[in-house]
Amino acid sequence: MLKKKVLTSLAIAAAAGLLMSGCANQGSTGTSTSASKIDIPAITTIQTPANAVLPAGDGKAKCAAGLTLGYIGAETGANAQLGINIYDGVQLALDQHNKANPGCQVGFKKFDTEGDPTKATGPVTQAVNEADIVGVVGLPFSGESKATGNILEQKGLVHITPSATNPGLTTNGWTTFFRGLGNDAVQGPAAAKFVTGKLQAKKVYLVQDDSDYGIGLAATTSKALGSALIGTDKVTTGQKDFSAVISKIINAKPDAVYYSGYYAEGAPFDQQLVTKGYTGTFVAPDGVKDDQFIKLAGNASANAYFTCPCIPGELIPTFESAYKTAFNLEPGTYSIEGYDAATILLSGIDAGKTTRADLLAWVKSYDKDGLSKHYKWDSTGELQAPTVYGYKVENGKIVPIGTIG
Amino acid sequence: MLDLLLVHPVSANDWISFDIPSLIQNFWSATFDGLTFGAIYGLIAVGYTLVYGVLNLINFAHSEVFIVGAYAVVLVLSALGFGPSVPNLPLSSIILDLVLALILAMLASAATAFVLERVAYRPLRKRNAPRLVFLITAIGASFAIQYTIFLVRGANAEPAVTMFQAQPVFDVFGTIINSQQIIIVIAAVILMILTDQFIRRTRAGRGIRAVAQDPDTATLMGVNKERIIIITFVVGGILAGAAALFYVMLVPSGVQYNGGFVLGVKAFAAAVLGGIGNVRGALLGGLLLGIIGNYGQILLGDSQWTDVVAFVILVLVLLVKPTGILGTSLGRSRA
Repeated sequence: MLKKKVLTSLAIAAAAGLLMSGCANQGSTGTSTSASKIDIPAITTIQTPANAVLPAGDGKAKCAAGLTLGYIGAETGANAQLGINIYDGVQLALDQHNKANPGCQVGFKKFDTEGDPTKATGPVTQAVNEADIVGVVGLPFSGESKATGNILEQKGLVHITPSATNPGLTTNGWTTFFRGLGNDAVQGPAAAKFVTGKLQAKKVYLVQDDSDYGIGLAATTSKALGSALIGTDKVTTGQKDFSAVISKIINAKPDAVYYSGYYAEGAPFDQQLVTKGYTGTFVAPDGVKDDQFIKLAGNASANAYFTCPCIPGELIPTFESAYKTAFNLEPGTYSIEGYDAATILLSGIDAGKTTRADLLAWVKSYDKDGLSKHYKWDSTGELQAPTVYGYKVENGKIVPIGTIG
Repeated sequence: MLDLLLVHPVSANDWISFDIPSLIQNFWSATFDGLTFGAIYGLIAVGYTLVYGVLNLINFAHSEVFIVGAYAVVLVLSALGFGPSVPNLPLSSIILDLVLALILAMLASAATAFVLERVAYRPLRKRNAPRLVFLITAIGASFAIQYTIFLVRGANAEPAVTMFQAQPVFDVFGTIINSQQIIIVIAAVILMILTDQFIRRTRAGRGIRAVAQDPDTATLMGVNKERIIIITFVVGGILAGAAALFYVMLVPSGVQYNGGFVLGVKAFAAAVLGGIGNVRGALLGGLLLGIIGNYGQILLGDSQWTDVVAFVILVLVLLVKPTGILGTSLGRSRA
């Protein structure tokens, strides 16, 4: 028995040796796409609004003691890092505010949802019942936001989400929900423009997964791609073998593949594309923009670009250095969105809006620059001029390449 | 009838449409890719088929036997310095490392299968538990192993380990076949032939067939049933370990705590398709399932059809031939 297995191993080794050596010098005759590599340089600075409202304000704010801001969202759970990025941003804004304004000390309370829609109701109910909380940053994810928006609405508690992008969230008639970034109805067209414009792709192949996020984003993206879209395919969550999809893509010879989904499938997909000789670019949205993508796709990730309605906070020097000093970390995805959202609420408190109703009205009529962008909402709670950024993979890191829409 | 064959290349409105030009265009690549993944299904399927043949037990935890092997591959190769990039090592040392990983993966999977048998199934057998209890225990064991891995390694997939750069080897009807595909299919076929020969020609193999045919008589004839059962589980584990290496070769980032589940279901279906209890049937079923799934998804236009097509075909085959394509149980397999 054992002998047989040893023989087997040897046979495999021999076969492998023959195959790998026999063809090592054949080069890559398997390449079948001919996109010329477009290089968009990484940006190292971004334009920061000159008159951005900062948490410190004028330092003369006076307010009653006991006012509190809340963060409701993931502190633990599988996607905790996103939540941590956000509440660290909020914490930084609060620290700067309280340090500069001895006459107005605002407290901070965190409520953990684990990012899970089924667990979010409890912490949200707890938060709305604490009378000292006048404004909330959160909830970070679309699913939990959808599940709890009504509770916050009933108690008239204003909340600004720094990261939930599902377009449907603003169609519920909620008056207390505000989105601090562009939604996927903005990201899709921006992505299409980026792929056919800056990346100069004439032919784009779009692959979507089976999540609400992936389907919604694919719909807006493919509509905007128009005639550049030469083919589509659909994959499932948890799929690992993409060979048939890839064979269709290789035959269609696209210049770019847009993957609308999350990194768990996007990474093996990109890796298998490259293994099969695909030489075009791979473009994916914020659901794939994560260091995990690089870990999972390996070298193949070098062909990847990302679109994201998030602003690269690491390129805002004052923010970056303050964040690093406070937490000994670089700002993460959505840290700056959390910081700006907290700043808007704090500036309201400084202006004397210290009840839930007053603060809600303050956010509703807000029309000023934040560090990351201009904040002014329409009646549904969508930003009026959201920005979408492009990112790319360079030397195993995700770096911003500027605005794309 | 002709209407059915009308061509809709990309259709958003129709619920179902047939894209025949695409199938013709992608026929060969779909075939070779299907064979490659099918070979992996086949190797895993042997574990299901052998255990079913001997014990009439559907060992649901076999997918975890496989994923433990896959973790062994990733951990061994990462320890040897493999990572997301193509390794910059001489060919001979890559081969040595891969063989080492293969052997350790086989050991890890075989050990898991052994422990599983000892802890989960043997005590039940001693107490003459009803068949249903075994099935529930198998599902329980599957979850227990899955979530133990989750607790130790976390929710994220393991970082990719790339074994070598797949090289195009030859060109069949315009489709490039690469070295990975050839290695996987050939190695799988060799392993299956060895397993088949092992069962047909060795003393232990005769014991396996005897127990499969009639456990009581086999015991009376001096066959050590417990030993045979252990051997059965271990052989299934060894092949699952081999499948794990080839799986990681194809999907370097596919190793995740619940990553075995879908493969396990497919492999089980392959075993049934080929004729459960039949080792040759396992390989045939695996290859067919791989190819059919690929043809189906290309014909119907998107990848979400893969499993629908594969399982509809499975049901159709079973309707016509309930014992699977090659039929025959292990006991009566050509001796």
